[in-house]
Amino acid sequence: MVVPLEHVIILSGLLFSIGVMGVLFRRNVIIIFMSIELMLNAVNLALVGFSRYHNNVDGQVFVFLVMTLAAAEVSVGLAIIVALFRNRQTVNINEMNLMKN
Amino acid sequence: MDLSLYFTRQDLWGILPEIVLLVGALIILSIELFARSQRAAMLGVGILSLVIAGGFASKNFGSSFILFQGMVTLNDYSTFFDLLYMTAGIVTMVISYNYLERKGGETRGEYFALILFATMGMMLMTRGNDLVIIFLGMELLSLSLYVLVGFLRHDVFSNESAIKYLLLGAFATGFFLFGAVLVYGTTGTTNFQHIASAITNNEILSDTLLSLGIGLLLVGFAFKVALVPFHMWSPDVYQGAPTSVTAFLCTAPKAAGFGALLKVFLVAFPALHADWQDLLWALALLTMIVGNISALVQTNVKRMLAFSSVTHAGYLCIGILVLNEMGVSAILFYLLVYSVMNLGAFGIISLLEKEEKGVNFKDYEGLASKHPWLSASLALFMLSLAGFPPTAGFVAKYTLFSSAISEGYIWLIIIAILNTLVSVYYYVRLIVNMYMRTSEETLVPFLHPLLSVVIFILAISIMFFGVLPGWLIDTVTQAARIYT
Amino acid sequence: MIGLIPFFPLLGFLINGLGGKRISERMSGIIASVVVGLSFIVAITLFGEFLKIGTPLEQTLFTWIAVGKFTVSFSYVLDSLSLVMVLVITGVGLLIHIFSIGYMKGDPGIQRYFSYLNLFTFMMLTLVMSDNFLAMFLGWEGVGLCSYLLIGFWFEDPVKAAAGKKAFIVNRIGDFGFLLAMFLIFSRFGSLKFMDVLIPQQIAQIPIEIVTAITLLLFLGATGKSAQIPLHIWLPDAMAGPTPVSALIHAATMVTAGVYLIARCGILFAASEITMSVIAVIGILTAFFAATIALTETDIKKVLAYSTISQLGFMFAAVGVGAFAAGIFHLMTHAFFKGLLFLAAGSVIHGMSGEQNMLKMGGLKQKMPTTYWTMLAGVAAISGLPLLSGFFSKDEILWNVYSSQFGGNILFGIGLFTAAMTAFYMFRLFFMTFHGDRRWSKEVSPHESPKIMTIPLIMLAVLSVVGGFIGIPESWGGHNFFHQFLQKSTQDATGYITHQYSSGLLLSENILMILSIVAAIGGLLLAYRFYVQRPDIPGKISKSLSIAYKLVSGKYFIDELYGLLFVRPLRNGSELFLKKFDISVIDGIANGSGKVMLVLGNKLRRIQTGVMQNYAAVIFLGVISIIFYLYLK
Repeated sequence: MVVPLEHVIILSGLLFSIGVMGVLFRRNVIIIFMSIELMLNAVNLALVGFSRYHNNVDGQVFVFLVMTLAAAEVSVGLAIIVALFRNRQTVNINEMNLMKN
Repeated sequence: MDLSLYFTRQDLWGILPEIVLLVGALIILSIELFARSQRAAMLGVGILSLVIAGGFASKNFGSSFILFQGMVTLNDYSTFFDLLYMTAGIVTMVISYNYLERKGGETRGEYFALILFATMGMMLMTRGNDLVIIFLGMELLSLSLYVLVGFLRHDVFSNESAIKYLLLGAFATGFFLFGAVLVYGTTGTTNFQHIASAITNNEILSDTLLSLGIGLLLVGFAFKVALVPFHMWSPDVYQGAPTSVTAFLCTAPKAAGFGALLKVFLVAFPALHADWQDLLWALALLTMIVGNISALVQTNVKRMLAFSSVTHAGYLCIGILVLNEMGVSAILFYLLVYSVMNLGAFGIISLLEKEEKGVNFKDYEGLASKHPWLSASLALFMLSLAGFPPTAGFVAKYTLFSSAISEGYIWLIIIAILNTLVSVYYYVRLIVNMYMRTSEETLVPFLHPLLSVVIFILAISIMFFGVLPGWLIDTVTQAARIYT
Repeated sequence: MIGLIPFFPLLGFLINGLGGKRISERMSGIIASVVVGLSFIVAITLFGEFLKIGTPLEQTLFTWIAVGKFTVSFSYVLDSLSLVMVLVITGVGLLIHIFSIGYMKGDPGIQRYFSYLNLFTFMMLTLVMSDNFLAMFLGWEGVGLCSYLLIGFWFEDPVKAAAGKKAFIVNRIGDFGFLLAMFLIFSRFGSLKFMDVLIPQQIAQIPIEIVTAITLLLFLGATGKSAQIPLHIWLPDAMAGPTPVSALIHAATMVTAGVYLIARCGILFAASEITMSVIAVIGILTAFFAATIALTETDIKKVLAYSTISQLGFMFAAVGVGAFAAGIFHLMTHAFFKGLLFLAAGSVIHGMSGEQNMLKMGGLKQKMPTTYWTMLAGVAAISGLPLLSGFFSKDEILWNVYSSQFGGNILFGIGLFTAAMTAFYMFRLFFMTFHGDRRWSKEVSPHESPKIMTIPLIMLAVLSVVGGFIGIPESWGGHNFFHQFLQKSTQDATGYITHQYSSGLLLSENILMILSIVAAIGGLLLAYRFYVQRPDIPGKISKSLSIAYKLVSGKYFIDELYGLLFVRPLRNGSELFLKKFDISVIDGIANGSGKVMLVLGNKLRRIQTGVMQNYAAVIFLGVISIIFYLYLK
């Protein structure tokens, strides 16, 4: 059975929106991070879907790049979170507001 | 395996500057590994590799190549940006000398290596002719910047700005990627020319999704160059980051963002530019006004400059709205001048900073009588940012605004001029503090001959490009002509 | 060769500015004066050359901005109009520089002072010599900046720093007009060169509304720079700066830039009747209202400041009725006598150890004889006593206001009355300062200023006395050298103006002249009667009038008395118009817009909470609005 393109796009859009909501509403930095990963994976899903539809591999190559990026971002992000945690003993995003007007 | 199937010798020659930078970064990392105390050597290798890469890049002036089956294009446009990034990189490295130590941190090899990586990323952004390459360059840049911003590990401000930048940057990247995917999905390709031909031949899956895709791409770029309402990260990040990094952050990446955005609109979506005029108009307007008004009430010089750079992004947005040869060349000119001014201003601030002091307006009181040359340079950068003739900032504004006026955007320019006039207030405030106030204790700059020379060169070029901009205008016009 | 004129002051600026404290106090003044002197010599030489060949001298230094097919080159041009300006700037400027050496002696920031003064001279020369709007704008902004720096020169005093700020803000409003006009000219004419723009055939092709808009915007720029209603408020406050600065910038040169701008673009302005009428009316009204304020002012510099605004009003009235040459003529004579008056006032202030209040002066005639006589020359000249420079120039303006199609009886009447007031308040100043009782306290020991200050005074006094003879009116059988000299620059513009010579004017020029002589002498006599002959009687009367006056320690009631009887209503009217209007409307706009900005800024500040998720939410809102925008399309 071939999954229609629309379904893939809609699912991807939904996943993406869930990710966005996670970023907007969760307080824990780590979970915000995971939500961002969800956004990226939603993108990957759409990429694969389009790639299949167009019958070219550009999209799938793109997926690899996105995955690599996601991994790199996590490693950098976790390092920063660790540094922050050492100094502030918190992972609550609301408490990270030293700089404001 | 026959490698020539994948790339040719010409391709490799084309990316020689990137290769040089990569090798330079690896050498620095090796020095860091084996001889950690050799900071001067790391700095030297960093600057040297930028200079060599710049030398290779500038050889491309006047010719144009299409490399890697259309993934990368090399021409005057990209070369102009290459050299801009490298200049910014060199200046950043010089002003970083001993800076982190003064802030209680430590200059590690990674610092220089990351600047080189960031430069490579930016080069890919304006050389790229394919959404994938643009994305790759943008991420290479962003990841390097996240680390650089948080480089003062013990400093809570630096930490905080890094996490904010990282989370918001990744968030915006999500939108950008989704946009890229939608463009790919609706046109079936990521190559700019193919996208453009798909649009003109009307072989598009869905107009709605394509528009949405372009809109989301725009969000990604708008975040990178800090257009309102995607600008909110910039003041916090600029303030918290080490000032030497802020100098880099607010110049070269902004140029790269505008360069890539321009290229996308010029090459991939020229046919659709008209549909986006109203939005760009609104973005320009909003960015100018919000940036300006916010800058008025700042007490921290770095934050003021952050909002000022938001305002400048608003002016630059006018150029994207115009998008003819005159407009594009005006943007290129503006970007270079803007970079020089901000590198100079942040450079001087970084020299004056000491622990908690040196970033507030009040700290600058009475500086002029103690350090006339430094104050004169800073005053010059401020006047140029404010657009006073005969500084380069004036010529930049003049060319940009007149390109918009000749396209009939009179109301936008009226507002832009009003904004320019208002902006004088906060720039001159710093000058007033330096020249017209006295204070018991003034800041003591860290002055090293190398630093003085660099600041001096930046100041001189602001005057030079203000009085004799002819050569630079010719260059940018030639670069702009490639795509217009 | 032409380039040398602005080059020398620039050089002086660099030497004094970069040398700083390494240059001795004496040396910095000498350097600054010598460079201006050199410029003056070059200007004189070129003047001779110009008389010989009769065509404008030009020198293109380099191409400044070339975008697409539009080029703006940095070139200097010397035609008769800019030559007059250059001679005034370098000539009067030189004297003021020399005067400054004495006046600023011992000031710790003297090198800075002279470097600003030289920079100002350079910018002013660029303003008047450039051959296009853009380079003119460079000078325009430059003089504003220098003026700002010099007003706030004694920055320790917060009031003085605030005065600088006010000047700055008001000038920005004017700059807005200039810039916008410039962009409009650029988009309509495709060039910013005077030679390309100021061509009657070219202008005729532009819709009249656009021409009116451009000229009104330029005039807005001029009102800001030249302190005309409603942007005049900064000039009285600008008196906070050192007195020679007031003489150079706020009397002789910078404030006249607006008049120069209009005279330079005369052809453009004359094409729009609306603009011309607006200029004439604003000019006369400014002259009148500023004069009424000057009537009761007791700060010697403030009187001169209001007098400057008033005289500038006359110049605007002149250019507004199309008498460009007359306007420039008055500009020149005004530079002589107002420069002189300010320097003389500076000499008085210097001798009185910084006292500026005329109520605490009086009887200085014996103490400062040179200042006394030179100031008398200046006062007589500005009052328009016959055969002095102000007489010829003011008279010409009044005649033109009367006879031009943009002028008329009413404007002339107001002008004549203002001339009488001018004579009155100037002689009031003179008598209050030099005659009557010695009202200074014991600690002050007034003394004559040193030679380095009095010699410039004497030279300016000579110029104020004889300077008018280059413009003897034709009705006297002379052939008005000045008019003929300026003809090349202004004749095209005056072609638009039809003087109603033939249509049976009631009064001839000579009769008008007699009227203005009567006005001047009337004002003089009135002041003499009030301030020299009978200062005691009004004092007694006023004592019996009101308790309030008794509170004022009984030294100089005359002001209050005649204020009550005669000036008070007038002044109240003007105050209502000028000061209240200022405070509520102009200051309101200037400060109010500033305040609104700050309030908005503080509002925006609240959005910047520092919490990352709020930022993300704003980004998300941005995304939603873009989607909404796409949906609307």
